Amino acid sequence: MGKLKRIVTDPLTDNNPVTWQVLGVCSALAVTTKVQTALVMSAALTFVLVLSNLVISLLRKHIPGKIRMIVELCVIATLVIVADQILKAFLFDVSKQLSVFVGLIITNCIVMGRAEAFALQNPPAESVLDGLGNGLGYSIILILVATFREVLGAGEFLGFPVFSAVGINYPSNVIMLLPPGAFIVIGLLIWFQRTFISKECREED
Amino acid sequence: MKLINLAIESILIQNILLAYFLGMCSYLAQSKKVESATGLGLAVIFVMTISAPVNWMIKNFLLAKGALDWTGIEVLGSMDLSFLTFICFIAVIASLVQIVEIVIDKFFPALYSTLGIFLPLITVNCAILGASLFLDQRNYGFSESLVFGSCSGVGWALAVLLLAAIRKKIRYSHIPEGLKGLGMAFIVTGLMAIGFLCFSGISL
Repeated sequence: MGKLKRIVTDPLTDNNPVTWQVLGVCSALAVTTKVQTALVMSAALTFVLVLSNLVISLLRKHIPGKIRMIVELCVIATLVIVADQILKAFLFDVSKQLSVFVGLIITNCIVMGRAEAFALQNPPAESVLDGLGNGLGYSIILILVATFREVLGAGEFLGFPVFSAVGINYPSNVIMLLPPGAFIVIGLLIWFQRTFISKECREED
Repeated sequence: MKLINLAIESILIQNILLAYFLGMCSYLAQSKKVESATGLGLAVIFVMTISAPVNWMIKNFLLAKGALDWTGIEVLGSMDLSFLTFICFIAVIASLVQIVEIVIDKFFPALYSTLGIFLPLITVNCAILGASLFLDQRNYGFSESLVFGSCSGVGWALAVLLLAAIRKKIRYSHIPEGLKGLGMAFIVTGLMAIGFLCFSGISL
């Protein structure tokens, strides 16, 4: 039981796929101007990751080694199409804002990386938990970055004006909403995580 | 004139990496050395120049609504297959990379020895798929998609080369322990992105 719990909790902090393993940062940055889009994107990615891990783990004894990448890509692309169609049907406005980034879950290295590194060797139940853990680890970073950018940039949280609610007049800080803000916030988050949370994980440049 | 504007826009103003964050994974992994950054940059330009127009043709002659009219079969002409866009695009890119690899290996061995190891990495470079999805979303024409594809590649290569050069310079700087490597790469990229924001003042 302890082992299963670790599969889920490890990627949340120590082994976070975004900050430590540098996977999937592409979409992690583009959708973080608002908390709402970040939440939807996290849900879509976790959905794809859990199901792709499950499917690939179920098929792991039948996939020939040489064409495994193509099989994985097909499974992932199919799941992404499903996620995209669901978003278009039920959350049309958000799916417009996410524009091409839902489609880019296909090339998100987290999904491919977990399929290669975990689901191909492990039974379905553990693979599902691994997918869940990594999906949540990604979501935490995405939501943190989005919170910083939306609160500091627009002075709002989920569209609720935080500063004017407590009577402070906050002029919006456009640099946080522009791309450079995302790069700098995630750079600082990585600094924080490596200094206080996983001290032994250091890399040499 | 319109095409030149599009070229300037996709290289400098709307740089695919610094404005849309596409291709970050290989950008961070391959920017430790200037040589490997150059190789990967060239490979990306090469594959994007081919993949963007090919995907444009796939979309407009096979998948979009009414695209199959040229077959002359009524049932096919009325079909809208655009939900298959993602899977077709990624399949095109993956197979194209394989074909390009085989062709270069056969006919240009010198080029293969520089680009060869980077080609497999490109299949999962989001900039390639991203460029194809953008040209689909923005309804570009054929020549526009060719220019957009190649110039986005040039923009991406420019960004990765710049970062590699900066990382080389700051290797011996005194950076706080936890910020070394990845953290600093992000902050430098942020500063580069601020620099590139200045280009948005260019009115086309």
